[in-house]
Amino acid sequence: MIIQFELNGRLVSADAAPGSTLLEYLRGEELYSVKHGCDHGECGACTILVNSRSVNACLVLMHAVEGKKIETLESFSTHEQLPEMQESFLQAGAAQCGFCTPGMLLSVEALDREDGVVTEAGVKDALNGNLCRCTGYVKPVEAALKVLTQDRGALR
Amino acid sequence: MKVIGKDIQRVDGQSLVRGKPVFADDIKLKDVLHVKILHSPVAHAKILSMDTSKAEALDGVVAVFTHHNFKPHYYTTAGQGYPEPGPRDIRILDSTVRFVGDRVAFVAAETIAIAEKALDLIIVEYEELPCIFDAQKSMTAGFALHPKAGTSGIHDIDKNIAAHLEAELGDVEAALADSAHVFEGTYSTPFVQMAHIEPHISLTWLDNNNRLVIRTSTQVPHHVRRIVAEVLDIPVSRIRVIKPRIGGGFGGKQEILNEELVGAVTLKTGRPARIEYTREEELFAARVRHPERVTFRLGFDTNQLLTAIDLNILEDCGAYGPHALTVMSVTSQKALSMYKAPNIRVNGDGVYTNLPIGGAYRGYGAPQAFFPLESLMDEAAEQLGVDPIELRLKNVFQVGDDIPIAKILGEGREGFPLVLYSTEIAACLNEGRELSNWDTLRAAKQTGRFRTGIGVAVAGQGSGIPGVDMGAAFIKMNEDASFNLQVGATDLGTGSDTALAQIAAEVLNVPVEKIIVYSSDTDMTPFDTGAYASSTTYISGSAVKKAAEACKAMILEQGKKLLQVETAEIVDTDVVGSNGQSISFSDICIKSFYTEEQAQIMGTASHLSYDSPPPFNATYAEVEVDTLTGTTRVVRIVSITDAGQIINPKMAEGQVEGGIPQALGMALTEFMPFDDKGRMLNLDFNSYHIYTARDMPELVVRFVDSHEPTGPYGAKAVAEIPINAPAPAVTNAIYNAVGVRIKHLPVQPEQILAEMDLK
Repeated sequence: MIIQFELNGRLVSADAAPGSTLLEYLRGEELYSVKHGCDHGECGACTILVNSRSVNACLVLMHAVEGKKIETLESFSTHEQLPEMQESFLQAGAAQCGFCTPGMLLSVEALDREDGVVTEAGVKDALNGNLCRCTGYVKPVEAALKVLTQDRGALR
Repeated sequence: MKVIGKDIQRVDGQSLVRGKPVFADDIKLKDVLHVKILHSPVAHAKILSMDTSKAEALDGVVAVFTHHNFKPHYYTTAGQGYPEPGPRDIRILDSTVRFVGDRVAFVAAETIAIAEKALDLIIVEYEELPCIFDAQKSMTAGFALHPKAGTSGIHDIDKNIAAHLEAELGDVEAALADSAHVFEGTYSTPFVQMAHIEPHISLTWLDNNNRLVIRTSTQVPHHVRRIVAEVLDIPVSRIRVIKPRIGGGFGGKQEILNEELVGAVTLKTGRPARIEYTREEELFAARVRHPERVTFRLGFDTNQLLTAIDLNILEDCGAYGPHALTVMSVTSQKALSMYKAPNIRVNGDGVYTNLPIGGAYRGYGAPQAFFPLESLMDEAAEQLGVDPIELRLKNVFQVGDDIPIAKILGEGREGFPLVLYSTEIAACLNEGRELSNWDTLRAAKQTGRFRTGIGVAVAGQGSGIPGVDMGAAFIKMNEDASFNLQVGATDLGTGSDTALAQIAAEVLNVPVEKIIVYSSDTDMTPFDTGAYASSTTYISGSAVKKAAEACKAMILEQGKKLLQVETAEIVDTDVVGSNGQSISFSDICIKSFYTEEQAQIMGTASHLSYDSPPPFNATYAEVEVDTLTGTTRVVRIVSITDAGQIINPKMAEGQVEGGIPQALGMALTEFMPFDDKGRMLNLDFNSYHIYTARDMPELVVRFVDSHEPTGPYGAKAVAEIPINAPAPAVTNAIYNAVGVRIKHLPVQPEQILAEMDLK
């Protein structure tokens, strides 16, 4: 089954087996920022953006991405200069082992693209689907709030 | 100090926030075989027969392994010192299975889907055997879970006792009989999951010299090399273990979990192989924290000073005993290293059951010690009519005290004397008292549905295993006065690469950016026992300091030769001769490489310590108990730690902030129910609930000024200490709120509703 969609700004077509997931496809394409943690949409390590909304790639079947706009953290990391949100995570010490960090970054990016005022509770809600066993979420929340409350348009 | 004690950015931070492919599974191997394990569906059975013909005939299946493929050889999966202190009781594949999740067979196939399908095609005939799910009953069950032939190091096979320990100082019975007050309580702590978000993953291939390369998410690369060599019967020289970045371990990866299986596949087929546990496999077939049932008896004299501590431990080590002895040892060592009592005694049994295997998990027996000890101290304070903080302050070990348990109870043998050179536990307690509003909250009168309470607990840990843990470091200099630092110490996400770089940079007077850290790779980096027992900063850090000092001494020597002077000194990054001439580090290296006095400037060192200075922590918990539902919400945690000189405050804070929710999980939300057949019931993160962002209470994390004379730049360990005290602080707070003593974790709302006293 041939599926066409936009992946990190490029139009791509993929020959996907029925039942195969977007997570399998993305890691197969060596987009390794998308992590595999649980397969059940519980840990958030495979969080990506689908049409600017944060989604667990393990729960998305390939046939469902036809015509969609998919973004992984790789598309935010092309320049030598770190985007502001990643810089903020780095400065805050928000990445410990770093395994859940790409998913967290995309969850707060999705929050940033929504309208409305960002609050601490809102950031915690946005990160609630990203399980992290290292940080207690303290520094990730702090890093996200710092950027989102002073300047919209974090990763861009 | 220039870089010690500063918030230096993590040396691996850029790659992590950019999502670079730095983890074990982030590479594509050509022609890789996918390996899946057939796990036992029953808790205890003899395998009567296995028919693998249908699986082998399946298109895409390359190899099927059963116990017939391996000589019976018993080893331990624990990544520990050698010879291992625990029993050797496990085989790569066995003809008997001992828990739901035990290995029955494994398959290598072209895809994961084919491997999974092949598992379904293996026909196994089991003869089910009686099961034991209760450690106490196991000792008198009348049948043994493990055979005598081939195994070794099991304390009492007939009684299913994997490990036993006993030690006494003074006369505990006599002292208790003479005590003005005696308090006794029995407490239990449950199975808990490490729940690192990156599952166990191992990849293997043969290099161009036919050597077996193992790229694996491990905390113990050198132990992996030694154990895989033994199990697969190949020389150590034929194995290279590469540890890339690790997505969390917390002890779960202080284990040889599946490396030997993929190694066997690659050796047999010549092809790369890959195994990754699913989350479900992580939950039922990997490793867990040992449940312990602990009874304390505390004797006090009329001055409220401890006269005796008596400690009895019953540890459920599950089906195999990789950490059976040492976890229980740590329970007793840490419990008996907090308070000074002239008479102490411990008696412990680590017992086999048909439940999941106890492994290493952050705290390593210490959380099982401090939940009961700190609960009973709270009870004692109330009965004695003394402030719980005061009772602790009166009884804690002081600087200069000998901690006798360290000598009489070591790691599976006699230990080494331990004198306390640094403790700021009083400062921790006092600062926490202020920051937690203890006095106000303690005095507050509670009414209404939601009752607030505050509780306190203290704890200690160690800094490495004395006389056992050894770390080594190698530093070499480059032309631009940068240095390659190669360490066997294994950064599993803790930031140890950064802390070690800071130590090297401090010695060598260079910015941290000039230190290029590589850890760890058994072909490239020197030996290190690995990242466990809170050893990396203290042990490996001392090795790095010594190696950097050796390197610096060589820079000075080369400088003197180049300046042709007898005496010189290092000023910043120049060598300044007695004649007033100077030469920069960079010029010294360039000349030493290419033109004069040619030599590689380098330093190497090993470090082993007979000391293991305890870091200390005081935790204050503020909770709110809903008297309608019995549920407890943690409102605020104040955690004050003495970890000696802090190398990197931001990273140290991160350790504490991450340790607290793990402890709160054990106290309140994480549990592993089993059915009557020994099958774990909650096999996903929806039902095994670890703390999420929304669950987090407010955290107040501080470090007190402290200096440990035996540590590198005064440092002690920080990795494990924060996990020990939160659970008893929370249950003591629950008592303060509603008058219910919690003795068994996790907290059951039903118990609170049944017993609360809302006066």
